[in-house]
Amino acid sequence: MSSSVQSVVSQPYKYGFVTDIESDSLPRGLSEDVVRAISAKKGEPKFMLDFRLKAYRRWLTMTEPSWPNVKYPPIDYNDIVYYSAPKQAEKKLDSLDEVDPALLETFDKLGISINEQKRLANVAVDVVFDSVSIATTFKEDLAKHGIIFCSISEAIQEHPELVKKYIGTVIPAADNYFAALNSAVFSDGSFVYIPKGVKCPMDLSTYFRMNNGDTGQFERTLIVAEEGSSVTYLEGCTAPMYDTNQLHAAIVELVALDDAEIKYSTVQNWFAGDENGKGGIYNFVTKRGLCKGINSKISWTQVETGSAITWKYPSCVLVGDNSVGEFYSVALTNNYQQADTGTKMVHVGKNTRSTIISKGISAGKSKNSYRGLVQVNPKAEGARNYSQCDSMLLGDTSNANTYPYIQVKNSTAQVEHEASTSKIGEDQLFYFAQRGISPEDAVSMIISGFCRDVFNELPMEFAAEADKLLSLKLENSVG
Amino acid sequence: MINENAKTILSVRNLHASVEGTEILKGVDFEVKSGEVHAIMGLNGSGKSTFSKVLAGHPDYAVTQGEVIFKGENLLELEPHERANSGVFLAFQYPLEIPGVSNRDFLRVAYNAHRKANGEEEVDVFDFDDLVEERSEIVKMDVSFLDRSVNEGFSGGEKKRNEILQMALLEPTLAILDETDSGLDIDALKIVSSGVNQLSTPSNATVLITHYQRLLNYIVPDYVHVMAKGRIVKTGGKELAQKLEEKGYDWLTAEDTVAEEAMV
Repeated sequence: MSSSVQSVVSQPYKYGFVTDIESDSLPRGLSEDVVRAISAKKGEPKFMLDFRLKAYRRWLTMTEPSWPNVKYPPIDYNDIVYYSAPKQAEKKLDSLDEVDPALLETFDKLGISINEQKRLANVAVDVVFDSVSIATTFKEDLAKHGIIFCSISEAIQEHPELVKKYIGTVIPAADNYFAALNSAVFSDGSFVYIPKGVKCPMDLSTYFRMNNGDTGQFERTLIVAEEGSSVTYLEGCTAPMYDTNQLHAAIVELVALDDAEIKYSTVQNWFAGDENGKGGIYNFVTKRGLCKGINSKISWTQVETGSAITWKYPSCVLVGDNSVGEFYSVALTNNYQQADTGTKMVHVGKNTRSTIISKGISAGKSKNSYRGLVQVNPKAEGARNYSQCDSMLLGDTSNANTYPYIQVKNSTAQVEHEASTSKIGEDQLFYFAQRGISPEDAVSMIISGFCRDVFNELPMEFAAEADKLLSLKLENSVG
Repeated sequence: MINENAKTILSVRNLHASVEGTEILKGVDFEVKSGEVHAIMGLNGSGKSTFSKVLAGHPDYAVTQGEVIFKGENLLELEPHERANSGVFLAFQYPLEIPGVSNRDFLRVAYNAHRKANGEEEVDVFDFDDLVEERSEIVKMDVSFLDRSVNEGFSGGEKKRNEILQMALLEPTLAILDETDSGLDIDALKIVSSGVNQLSTPSNATVLITHYQRLLNYIVPDYVHVMAKGRIVKTGGKELAQKLEEKGYDWLTAEDTVAEEAMV
């Protein structure tokens, strides 16, 4: 890689601090007792414990998949702490004023204010710290519309019938190795329920923070949009810098009924490891949306910049006739990061449509793969898909791959796939320089231009954050 | 416009430069005063384009000998973007495309980078919009071009007009136009030439790099230089260009060879 490109692609991780807070953790290791202990700590009803135990027993019979284009040393599942909570969260808080100031300060430092006075305008936030949800803002305002927005632990207590009806229906416990693990040990996450005909008046958001060095984070999010409802949901994440690897195996399930619309956006900035590839998060996540009803729509937008390894395929199962699935993704890898990410669009219903726009940016010695499946089932008359996968290489030591899988079993389907690979070259940078623009600014303009189709899909505050985040990752003069 | 008392803008002495170990420029001497228009002509591979890229600081070229003084400063010590901000402008022979970056944003960032480097306050989006729309007139460019990605899907002529629009905004002290006439039809050539002429003032200077005399009918040079084998081998007035048009370059190259042999 040329020196001018090299000099602009290294940026220290600024969320790498650790909060010194007393926590209540289970001992390392995984066993049926640990699964029972997690369920007991949360005072869960029996159906939940049964769900977990069934998943755990299935997990024991499964083997870790080896097909992704990523490499990492074997994970010792008995060396992970499966539950860790700040001490104070043991008891239920009556108001945000009771939240430990150290926690509030942590989120302030991350730019996420959970203080009601300084709250983000028109965004309700659920904040998850290690294994538990700390606070959810705007709950009362949302309740007036019949909207439920709370931690999944609380939902299991307060709305067991809804959880029981939908949990594991989109991603069965035995779906894959990490989904089974999550189903056994998930600790917290968010729950959203939008009743019939309600357009959620504000964006909902969850912010995940992994603090404890030995903890795995296994959160679980479930969003249900009833007939004719709509919601926009945002997810953000960071973690401290440790030189060991932490496992993050989450599940997100979305269900959209007739005419419902769910828009789910993620800006993922887990610690990526240092410039020599030491430390960082293993981000092995299963995300899937079910367009169950006719005319329903699920749209995934993701900006993946962090994690040592990212392995996720936010997918849509288009069951309802005329339903629509969308996937917009930017994945940036630097140093020794590895990403194998993409989507699955499964067309089941008639006249279902899906769009895939994927932008991969690889710098340093990183490896960035797009892997996507477009599947049209025999009964999916008139199904249509458009896929566009673009890769950009910075320098000549990084690696970009595209693995598109297309399976069409209905002759009326129309499937289009476009792909391109480009490189930020000396000539492009020279053109910017000749107009007085520094190499740092040039790289960040080229990158944000490259990602524009995806950023346009993000809610405005998030788009600005994502743009800034990419610049931070690639510049050394900003921040 | 020649004025004996004008200030020297650019002074190049014995400039040698190479790319990947191969010497391309072999001792260029060149001087430009304010208000002047120079044309550098020569065959393919004579070093004309290399000369313009070396002045602008392209990273592929290594200067091995000689000096370049621009407005009293050692130009070779500056980074490429610093050279641009100090007033060196290069209109590219092949302007690059930048997908997803609007022409308007690109121009504004460039304009503000110049202002900032010169200790002036950056202008906001609204003031800039007024300015860029006014300058677009100079090259008769429709404002709809401003909202398209930089050069993406532009025709050859549109790209060249866009280069001159950038020049109109950045108001360089020294504008170097590298083969700006190549690929232009006669209408586009007239628009581009008229733009360059409008931007020419007694305090700046223009260097045209071209194969053909055609451009010089529209932008009339004060001096014509002929480059061959990495050096300027002949300098004359605008009539030299006409002579080249009639007789080609052979007579000069022959003369040059004789001169070189005489030196040995």
